[in-house]
Amino acid sequence: MAAGAASGGSATTDTYKEARTWLLLPAWVTLSILVLAPVLMMLIYSFLTKEFRGGVIWEFSLAAYDQFFFDRGLFGDEPPKIEWTYITIFWRSIWQAAAATLLSLAIGFPTAYFIATRSENMRPVWVFLITIPYWVNLLIRTVSMKFLLRDQGPLNDFLMNIGLIDSPLHIVNTNFAVQLGLFYSYLPFMVLPIYAAVERYNFALSEAAADLYASKWTTLRRILLPAVKPGVFAGCILVFVPSMGSFLAPDLLGGAKNFMIGSLIEEQFKGNAGNWPFGAAASMVLLTMVLIILMFSARQQAKADKAGG
Amino acid sequence: MKHMMKSGVAALALAFGANAAAAEGELVLYHWFEYIPQELLDKFTEETGITVTMDTYDSNESMLASLKAGGIGTYDVSVPGDYMVSIMAGEGMLDTIADGELKNKGNIAPDWADPSFDPGRQSSIPYQWGSTSFAVNRDAYDGDIQTTDILFNPPAELQGRINMLDSQGEVMAMAALHMGIPQCSTDREQLKALNAMLQEAKQHWASFNSDTAKEVLVSGDAAVGQIYDGFSAKAREEGANVEYAYPTQGYIAWMDNVVLLKDAPNRDNALIFMDFLLEPENIAAVTNFAQYNAGLNGVESFLDPALAAQPEKNPHANAGPGVFIEVCSEEVQSVYDQIWTNLKK
Amino acid sequence: MANKQFDIKSYPGFKGITLLCLVILYAPLVVVTVYSFNASQSLTNWEGVSLRWYSDVFTGPESGKFKTAAKNSFIIAIIAATTATTIATLAATGMVRGGKFRFRTVSFGLISLPLMVPEIVLAVATLIFFNSIGFERGLLTILLAHIAFCIPFAYLPISARMQGIEDSYEQAALDLYATKRQAFTKILLPLMMPGIISGFLLAFIVSLDDFIITNFVKGAGVETLPTAIFGSVKQGIKPNIMAISTMLLSVSIVMVTISYFVSKSDNTK
Repeated sequence: MAAGAASGGSATTDTYKEARTWLLLPAWVTLSILVLAPVLMMLIYSFLTKEFRGGVIWEFSLAAYDQFFFDRGLFGDEPPKIEWTYITIFWRSIWQAAAATLLSLAIGFPTAYFIATRSENMRPVWVFLITIPYWVNLLIRTVSMKFLLRDQGPLNDFLMNIGLIDSPLHIVNTNFAVQLGLFYSYLPFMVLPIYAAVERYNFALSEAAADLYASKWTTLRRILLPAVKPGVFAGCILVFVPSMGSFLAPDLLGGAKNFMIGSLIEEQFKGNAGNWPFGAAASMVLLTMVLIILMFSARQQAKADKAGG
Repeated sequence: MKHMMKSGVAALALAFGANAAAAEGELVLYHWFEYIPQELLDKFTEETGITVTMDTYDSNESMLASLKAGGIGTYDVSVPGDYMVSIMAGEGMLDTIADGELKNKGNIAPDWADPSFDPGRQSSIPYQWGSTSFAVNRDAYDGDIQTTDILFNPPAELQGRINMLDSQGEVMAMAALHMGIPQCSTDREQLKALNAMLQEAKQHWASFNSDTAKEVLVSGDAAVGQIYDGFSAKAREEGANVEYAYPTQGYIAWMDNVVLLKDAPNRDNALIFMDFLLEPENIAAVTNFAQYNAGLNGVESFLDPALAAQPEKNPHANAGPGVFIEVCSEEVQSVYDQIWTNLKK
Repeated sequence: MANKQFDIKSYPGFKGITLLCLVILYAPLVVVTVYSFNASQSLTNWEGVSLRWYSDVFTGPESGKFKTAAKNSFIIAIIAATTATTIATLAATGMVRGGKFRFRTVSFGLISLPLMVPEIVLAVATLIFFNSIGFERGLLTILLAHIAFCIPFAYLPISARMQGIEDSYEQAALDLYATKRQAFTKILLPLMMPGIISGFLLAFIVSLDDFIITNFVKGAGVETLPTAIFGSVKQGIKPNIMAISTMLLSVSIVMVTISYFVSKSDNTK
């Protein structure tokens, strides 16, 4: 599906068809043992009985999913209603992640394009420039970011000094700060895949379009974007999906007043609750949701490809 | 290149394949981050010839999770907080120290010799103790701060400028003190009221943050912060005009303890280590480092004199009682979880 | 560069946004660097210039810990990123150049799986898994876990790149009696390089920065930079962390500068 969704004239080909199994085998084996097996174990855990303060009792139970979808009151003895708490938390995480992805795209695409159009020996330098900040630990970077954005911080001082604003912008501990935290955590994950795709782009196509009196922006939209779509798609996945489960940077900047999915799940394994089956169940719901979103967007992309020829 | 990689992995496996098990002269310590001075560990190795391997955790609960997931049998000793000692005992994770196995046991101060979380000190010895309440920036507010109203029903000047610890235990215990209800109450009306009170109070809170609890006070981002006494002292030393409160309704007391873990691979060395930490001079080194309090007799002469004079260490006459966080039953805990989720949904 | 070409390639505002991007990325690092020279213990109060935190890193009681942690982090990040990139390159070739096949969707799902599972869940599950098969925790467990979750980060840029390369080049080589292996190593791989480098760099920074999973699967006494750093954070962030970060930055910037001049001299030959 997604990875294979073709575009830019090059559909999947079968040059290495015979070797396919061998090419994929290392990935299959590594991921099956190190990721799939633990995830399947968590799937089983989500259907087991919780052991108080962490751990599971090996008895089948739907309690975890029941807790997720049904509200039985503070004491668990009222008639079940639909539980909105977790849906709210999930919905919030989705749109925060989506906003962060759009923000990354808005900044990341022009950056990637700019880098890809530098001279050949400058490109690696730019690529490194984008990733170097990530050698510094996320927590340290985020704490420093918070310092910059504070009400009495350097950013507000600067903006007030140049007369752009009269009173400090209140950024820290807002929803926007959460998105900023996510954006900042994953920006290179948007830039690099797009760069790798644009770098390959044949500018003769743009020239041809210009010869046919297409405007620059039309060329961008109609010729360039479709050609580099796999890169954009990869970048969006790499920002959106991890953002859904992330909480460290957004909590630090946003004030953690509301659970993100990630912090809700973390709480089940490391907090007072110690409700492993519920943590596992919430992860499975998240996993299912992300899979659906991925498949849906991959299908949309494939459709668009067919329609666009 | 592939070949190189393979042999690289093999070399790594040989060089580092963690060999934490029972080699002679070893001790495997599972400890909080940054809570024991390296010099003290070096001294221990020098005196006893036992090499110390230390692994670290960032919360009582994550230590429990890691031990539950299979860490038992890897470590000799760990350093849980008061309530976590009883939880671990209930989980059967602790070994019993027989009478006479610790020759320095008599050094434990009488106040801490028979705590509720480990009667008779069967598996633990005191490490450090202190209190948790909150600190207020005196530039922002000069009224009476010796009341939990500051956190849960704040005056107008402080509204929207409060940082809470991102920890269910500390927030709930403080809330119970504020309402004057017992911790882990099973009374439904009280629990409902607790839920409602927290919902109301949350409107006035700016953030939940444990990692930078001290920094937000120093930088002035928060005017009130729920905080440990040692952290508040450090914030003050760094120039923040903060005062640590001992509310009349009471405050949270805590004690970290060194426990002997079940199936300790180096049980004898663990006991030697515990005896080492029962020497006043040694535990005083921890106190000087972490700025909390030791639980032994005879430490005073080894302590940094400035420490004893800190206002954070000296409750005023009208301070309420210091209470340990209680361990709730499974039923109450699930209501607490619900309240906590409601608070942060 | 031809004027017309330049016109077509450049879009107004893109340069500005790129500069904005760099400012956003680097502004916090300026704070880090400045405060690494702060004489005070505090992160927020400035008390004059001092090198005490740098000497603390090298001679302080924790210098040994940080040195080993840095060494571990880099060994793990380099091996994990290299292995993950190799696996991902092969997998991308299989997926993009392997024709249509039944398990393609499943394979893609499997490759993206590490992205979709929250880290804490993977951490606990991996720990239980390693314990249940009797695998002793140590550097090797960290390395294996890192290889696994680095794969999608390497795979996505690589496969995105490969989809932009028509297979006509390889076909031409094959027509000229090159073997498949030659077509792959001599034609496809060089064309893939920007994608592979991007994938490697992403895998590298993901591995270098991982805390949650590492903290669970590492053996007793094994530290990586993030686990060593988080320790200090719990006791209030000390400027020695800022000093370490600044040195890391300097090392990476020096490396970039060298690689820039090397590539420049290569080209002018």
